Amino acid sequence: MKIRLLYFASLADCAGCASEDVQSAAGHPSALYAEVGKRHGFAMDATRLRVAVNGKLVDWLQPLADGDEVVFLPPVSGG
Amino acid sequence: MNRFRLSAGAIDGEAEKRALTAESAGACVCFEGWVRNANDGRDVRRLDYQAFESLALSEGERILVEATQRFGLCAASAVHRTGSLGIGDLAVWVGVSAGHRDAAFAACRWIIDEIKQHVPIWKNEHYADGESGWLHP
Repeated sequence: MKIRLLYFASLADCAGCASEDVQSAAGHPSALYAEVGKRHGFAMDATRLRVAVNGKLVDWLQPLADGDEVVFLPPVSGG
Repeated sequence: MNRFRLSAGAIDGEAEKRALTAESAGACVCFEGWVRNANDGRDVRRLDYQAFESLALSEGERILVEATQRFGLCAASAVHRTGSLGIGDLAVWVGVSAGHRDAAFAACRWIIDEIKQHVPIWKNEHYADGESGWLHP
């Protein structure tokens, strides 16, 4: 299935892009992070991140569907 | 009235404060977060803020709604900058009005703490030595 990924902050720097479309068989965000993290060399452990699908924070094991927009959120530093 | 906004341009704190006016309000507390010239022992020259806009807006709104209920506020709003900021610039503004000062002080403190912990906004610090780095505390 096709997944739209958005990257922010250090993950965007590491990926070298702010977004990308990927074809993936990952059934949930946890598997997807392992897959793209390996390809881009993300050093941050998933336990430090949150994940949003289609603009909403979700559980790492929520099933993904074709066309989903997925965002891995590194620890925030606003304020 | 609850409002959380992102702003690519300068924040006008006085204008934001006027929107908190309510006849039932006996107290108004505002917090301004400014860009400091040093962090963690390093000289900072400027910052960039990046936001995941759709989720930042919904998370910010959720925090303001929860604060309004929890502290019985008359009004609450907050604005966070995005883009490039210099030393002394206003990075985040939080304001609340309430019947009495105890609720207003507590709510303003609670809101800025929640924003810093939950809203998907990231700070890239640019240092005097030319290096820069995203903060992921």
